[in-house]
Amino acid sequence: MNLLPNLRRLVQNLVTQRTLKTSSISLSENLFVHRDSAEDNPDIKFEFNEENKKRADAILSIYPEGHKRAAMIPLLDLAQRQHGWLPISAMHKVAEILDLPKMRVYEVATFYTMFMRKPTGKYHVQVCTTTPCWLRGSDEVLSCCKSELGIGVGETSKDGMFTLSEVECLGACVNAPMIQVNDDYYEDLTPETTRKILNELKASKKPPPGPQNGRFAAEPKGDFTSLKSEPPGPGFKMQDL
Amino acid sequence: MLRVPLSKALPNAVKAVCSPKRGSTTLAKAPEKIEVFIDDKSVMVEPGTTVLQAAAMVGVEIPRFCYHERLAVAGNCRMCLVEVEKSPKPVAACAMPVMKGWRIKTNSDMTKKAREGVMEFLLVNHPLDCPICDQGGECDLQDQSMAFGSDRSRFTDIQFSGKRAVEDKDVGPLIKTVMTRCIHCTRCIRFASEVAGIDDLGTTGRGSDMQIGTYVEKFFLSELSGNVIDLCPVGALTSKPYAFTARPWETRKTESVDVLDAVGSNIIVSTRTGEVMRILPRLNEEVNEEWLSDKARFSYDGLKRQRLITPMLKGPEGELLPVEWEDALSFASKAIRDAGSEIGVIAGGQADAEALIALKDLINKLGSELVCTERAFPDDGAGTDLRSSYLLNSKITGIEEADVVLLIGTNPRFEAPLVNSRIRKAWVHNELEVGLIGPCVNLTYSFDHLGEDPNVIEEVLSGKHPFAKKLLNAKKPLIILGSQQLERNDGVAILSKVQQMAKHLSSKIGSEWKVLNILQQVASQVAALDLGYKAGVESLKECPPKVLFLLGADECAITRDDLPQSTTVIYLGSHGDNGASMADIVLPAAAYTEKQATYVNTEGRAQQTLVAVTPPGMAREDWKIIRAISEVVGKKLPYDTLNEIRGRLEQVSPNLTRYGEAEEANFYDQAVELSKEACNKLDCEPLEVKYKDLEDYYMTDPISRASTTMAKCVQAVRKQKESKYYDSGTA
Repeated sequence: MNLLPNLRRLVQNLVTQRTLKTSSISLSENLFVHRDSAEDNPDIKFEFNEENKKRADAILSIYPEGHKRAAMIPLLDLAQRQHGWLPISAMHKVAEILDLPKMRVYEVATFYTMFMRKPTGKYHVQVCTTTPCWLRGSDEVLSCCKSELGIGVGETSKDGMFTLSEVECLGACVNAPMIQVNDDYYEDLTPETTRKILNELKASKKPPPGPQNGRFAAEPKGDFTSLKSEPPGPGFKMQDL
Repeated sequence: MLRVPLSKALPNAVKAVCSPKRGSTTLAKAPEKIEVFIDDKSVMVEPGTTVLQAAAMVGVEIPRFCYHERLAVAGNCRMCLVEVEKSPKPVAACAMPVMKGWRIKTNSDMTKKAREGVMEFLLVNHPLDCPICDQGGECDLQDQSMAFGSDRSRFTDIQFSGKRAVEDKDVGPLIKTVMTRCIHCTRCIRFASEVAGIDDLGTTGRGSDMQIGTYVEKFFLSELSGNVIDLCPVGALTSKPYAFTARPWETRKTESVDVLDAVGSNIIVSTRTGEVMRILPRLNEEVNEEWLSDKARFSYDGLKRQRLITPMLKGPEGELLPVEWEDALSFASKAIRDAGSEIGVIAGGQADAEALIALKDLINKLGSELVCTERAFPDDGAGTDLRSSYLLNSKITGIEEADVVLLIGTNPRFEAPLVNSRIRKAWVHNELEVGLIGPCVNLTYSFDHLGEDPNVIEEVLSGKHPFAKKLLNAKKPLIILGSQQLERNDGVAILSKVQQMAKHLSSKIGSEWKVLNILQQVASQVAALDLGYKAGVESLKECPPKVLFLLGADECAITRDDLPQSTTVIYLGSHGDNGASMADIVLPAAAYTEKQATYVNTEGRAQQTLVAVTPPGMAREDWKIIRAISEVVGKKLPYDTLNEIRGRLEQVSPNLTRYGEAEEANFYDQAVELSKEACNKLDCEPLEVKYKDLEDYYMTDPISRASTTMAKCVQAVRKQKESKYYDSGTA
């Protein structure tokens, strides 16, 4: 007998209460203020090497006078490629080159997640765990990376070779699951192929990037499934007049 | 900040003129007004007007957080969303220029829903700590959530992940930060980079990680930094010295005038229980707009420390002993009677016009003419007889129109921060060119440094210097001469050269435009000169009087060593500073928040302070003390009330009681003619300015020297200089 009014109350609650779904906020593991550390402080000077100085000049020459600040992102990227990550003194250097207040450079460097503001390994392993990759087994790939490298997400190995990150979609869903190591995509992974790639990297060899299961780009894995028959000739499905 | 190109800075007026238009529109033609409808009320506006401005014209106020009329438009808070008919989405009123025939609905269901939504998002990440927040009662978020927010909450997440939390930043001794309260309006960032010219604040991170701050550990130090407290629409940036001391509804507000520099910024003194709780700026477009310099805003704690609260006489061992008024007055008058006509006065930087006239009248009655101000001014040539030689003739607002400014021997950034902010405003928005003769200091904008040698003035005058061409080609040139240079030995020559230069330039323009400007450093100087005080203490040093009156004179223009032992020094002032320590008789007087008094700023604008609190202890208003002395001496002054003494002020100089008005000076040409006859030899000694660095700015007068807040600021600047992130170029 007690069941009915309870049920009614439940239904009523469902109807009257506004339904607002909330999920916990996920925040970046990076700090957005700078703290001086042994590796990263303004006393450690940063200077572009000769080759990169030429590159920097080439970058600057693209932008017209008065709009040189547009070269900020390319220059920060250049600094990061030279140093492996982006220390505060590199930001100061870029500010100095562009004659901008340092804060304007900090703003850009903290906004873009691809600027690594803390010491990063030689190989930055980024594992995509967004839905398509996750459905195709990115959890296994990630745990393989963890065990193989002996580090957790957001950590760098002691020898400074590897940094492991979990990232959102990198736009290679057709070849899921995938990881990105520095500039290269390794796709269609299994724990085994992942292990192989990491081992080769450890041995300072560069495994060929791309799909690891033998297929070319995003072609079907097995045989073609469509457009296999002879193309119909002209006049196909035309009405006789 | 990068300078905004002309077309961007003046969107309404210039765009229409400058942009190449097809068709036959002539360049000079004024843009045609367009009609828009705000809640079905028709209004004609210029093209380029934003929806928000158009609404303001018909008295409809659209809620906003990030928009501020004196800062660039950011358009990031979205609170100003309104419905525009036929537009599928609500538009941000602060950033959207109106189009012909638009019907804007500021009160429709869509608008209300948009506002409620935005408010809900803002409140999701805003802590509910209004009871312990200093902004409570004057918080835009609080007020607007009452007016435009939803009446119920859907926020239930508190048990789970909690609200966004951001670590607080240490930005110095003046601004307290609670960054969790920040709603990211970026007003403080825009103020810092546009008005203050210090690009130290910015946003770091993105999305829900975004935060406002300096990124590195660095103070936000600027002479105008306190204004971000007023700009902050929430309690993220509040006043550190005022923290947890009073609520806005408990305080009594008195409209007054700041006297710590010669700008005469308009202020509101908030008081409670007979104490000054804080000082806020009061809007006056002609003087300080709505800004206030840090010294004016934060040195109020100096009004409670180091005060003279009782009359004192020098004891047998040279120490000052507290006495009753009766004794002090009889001692003082005995000394004065004994001195006969050998009596002199030095008026300090914060003396008010009433005290100045009362003291001058008394001294004149006693047969002496030795009434001097602390700050010198050349006596040769026209001297102080013609007002044009000691005023900022073009007025502070004139700076905004100028196209070339030549600063000579002045650092306006620290001598008059709000004059400097006007120059910067013109530099940003009006393509102003600035030249500087004097020490190369950081003025927060770029300038041509012409050198420190005074002979550069001669070169510019004769047209030899490249900058002279710029001045000659300018339509509205300005020359601002720092009053400190007139204290030099060759002060008269500098003044004369500058006057000749100004005459040459204005004769070329031929309009009413005033070229010559003198920037005074202290609040009393113009009134004192208007009343006939002699500038400088040379005459007193030559023949030291038997009785020397110091009217708040603490700059050590005369030290005890300059005077014979027999001289009796009477100090009349509010603070126990340099003046009181050399005095034989100390008479405690009121500070500027404790009296109704007249001050004239560097433009020649008479303004008055009002009584916010009573003088502490036995201190009394300055002119009343002088009036009392006159009676005991037997030379009774003929005024008993404030109205009567103001009547006397009016007799001497009628402009002194026309409050709020800046009396124009004239006789420019005569001043030039007179000064030509004076000595014209410039020294080789380079020009020097007193305040070069932010460190020098904070403690310049008895009140700010007594202020602990100001002392902390000096400390903070020194600490910053040791920091790795100190940037001498921008700080």
